[in-house]
Amino acid sequence: MTAVNPVARLGAALLLALCLVLTIDWVSASVALALELIAFAIIRMPARQFWLRTLPVWIAAPLTGVTIALYGRTEGTVFFEFAFARVSEGSLTLAIATVLRVLAIGLPAVVLFVTIDPTELADGLAQRLRLPARFVLGALAGMRLISLFLEDWRSLELARRARGVADSGRIRRLAGQAFALFVLSIRRGSTLATAMEARGFGADVDRTWARESPWGAREWFVMAAGLSIGLVAIAAAVASGRWNFIVGQ
Amino acid sequence: MLLLGASGAGKSTLLHALAGVLADDEGEHEGTMLVDGHRPAPGRAGLVLQDPDSQLILARVGDDVAFGCENLGVPRDETWRRVRESLDAVGLAVPLDRSTTALSGGQKQRLALAGVIAMRPGLILLDEPTANLDPVGVAEVRDAVSRVAQQTGATLVVIEHRVAVWQHVVDRVVVLGAGGGVVADGNPSSVLEARGAALAAGGVWVPGHPPPLPNRRQRRAPVAVLDTEGLAVGRSREAVQSGLDLSVSSGATLAITGSNGTGKSTLGLTLAGLLPPVGGVVTASDVLADGAGPHPISWRSRQLLTRIGTVFQQPEHQFLASTVRAELSVGPIALGLSAAETDSRVTELLERLRLARLAEANPFTLSGGEKRRLSVATMLATRPGVLVLDEPTFGQDSRTWAELVALLAELVDDGTALVAITHDLDLVDAIADSTVELT
Repeated sequence: MTAVNPVARLGAALLLALCLVLTIDWVSASVALALELIAFAIIRMPARQFWLRTLPVWIAAPLTGVTIALYGRTEGTVFFEFAFARVSEGSLTLAIATVLRVLAIGLPAVVLFVTIDPTELADGLAQRLRLPARFVLGALAGMRLISLFLEDWRSLELARRARGVADSGRIRRLAGQAFALFVLSIRRGSTLATAMEARGFGADVDRTWARESPWGAREWFVMAAGLSIGLVAIAAAVASGRWNFIVGQ
Repeated sequence: MLLLGASGAGKSTLLHALAGVLADDEGEHEGTMLVDGHRPAPGRAGLVLQDPDSQLILARVGDDVAFGCENLGVPRDETWRRVRESLDAVGLAVPLDRSTTALSGGQKQRLALAGVIAMRPGLILLDEPTANLDPVGVAEVRDAVSRVAQQTGATLVVIEHRVAVWQHVVDRVVVLGAGGGVVADGNPSSVLEARGAALAAGGVWVPGHPPPLPNRRQRRAPVAVLDTEGLAVGRSREAVQSGLDLSVSSGATLAITGSNGTGKSTLGLTLAGLLPPVGGVVTASDVLADGAGPHPISWRSRQLLTRIGTVFQQPEHQFLASTVRAELSVGPIALGLSAAETDSRVTELLERLRLARLAEANPFTLSGGEKRRLSVATMLATRPGVLVLDEPTFGQDSRTWAELVALLAELVDDGTALVAITHDLDLVDAIADSTVELT
């Protein structure tokens, strides 16, 4: 999977998600989920890697479900009631549909995204989608500053303790710290911009690309797979009469 | 060519203009500047800056070197050929897919240099390329630069406070005057002979003109104020150093040295009661603790003020207020001192550290040397018994250096316990009573 162009992986996940957010029934979500699990088996994703990476999705999905079961729209038999919480036939069905949907959108997204290399993605966006190089490479280089910002933030925090102001007024202190980080990041950003400009970035020359961004049958196939899973899921929902267009709810 | 001059003489601005990265709308300019008979433009001249971290552009070594070639429209095969040649030239023998963040400071600067020479410029510009490096890194970069200049035949212009580093690499020295204009231009030995004393007075490190060292006073016998036992330190739960048994004494200076990445700063922050020990303990004497408990990490932030002060490597990290005067008042106010007492302490520090004329300026707008003096002054305002300084002389000119050393010596003579984390061997020679080298 890591050999597939990141733009194709992004596209596949987007197409699939687009199909699945149109409706909130349980049929489409289960069909999509089942097809995805088959797809994961076909690409032989290592089990350990799969569970580790998708763990957040497995945690988030039931939590969403519980919330909807308790507070979703009441319909049919009420099973349980406490304060504002009311578990009914309707809210329970909705909860199950939502859990399946979070999994059906989240799992492939994680599997497709986690291994994306930012540099390869930028190459793809600029060379394949023809997004402006200035914008894509600027964002890519800017991302490299994030780890520096994290270090800055830790130092700012320790420095506040050293200055004797860390005992109280946490919110005000955080605001001040955020401002200091902002000033520091502008400074780092402008140094980086100078360094990039000094290397001819943004010059009036047709830029070449040192790395290829390969695109072929494999990329089209991955995108088509994403779209077909979504379309099959929609078809199943319509056929079973469970199609439930999200707008107008 | 080595470009010298006092701070504010416009050395960096000149270099940026030569590199073609000064936009027409940035400030005023007059006259013309031609590089190879053309207006300056990236590609004709390559520029290496001071901060190793801010000039890494891409995530992998090979891609970073290729970046300039791509921008100049160099074909793919040619680009990769140049990438390998450039890395060879700067002596950086790492795989092309090595992460750029995993490199040491000296390696990062050589990477930046490789990225520049891959563009095949006729002019290589270096703006204090070794100011942020440890001695090993300084030598690495200097040797790489001189090799590159010989191999490529490119013209080299370098700005640097420390003349000794470049003296034998360059064959011409140009001195810019503080008021503008060129005051000296010629071969290194004759320029340094004629202008050496004046340059040294202006803050340039000139061999044979060392900054003045302070006269030391009689000191009382040192008394231990902080002790560590089996101390292990680290930023996370993983220790970078362990089994440290150290003692910090009043009226004495402990220097902590070692190359980049050995955990010097982490040790300093742990001694200062800012980071919890990963193992072992830091114990304060009863006199220092003054009823606050034996372990600095459990003291309240306000209790640290009169006990242990910390001067961070980057002064900007510890600035809180919008004027220099307010910055100095933060500590005394947090202690609950009276307005009169706060005012008298602040005024005294402003005078003593030559910051009085900047009292209403914003700390972020000060020069490097002024920021350093202010960050030390903020800690002195609450008169802590222990002062921990992280690279206090990093990138400072010789004048600021001499002032700092004089100030620190005075504090120690008055009984303060000093911990200096540094790879500045001149500083160690000047003030250290004992030295711990981390490896």
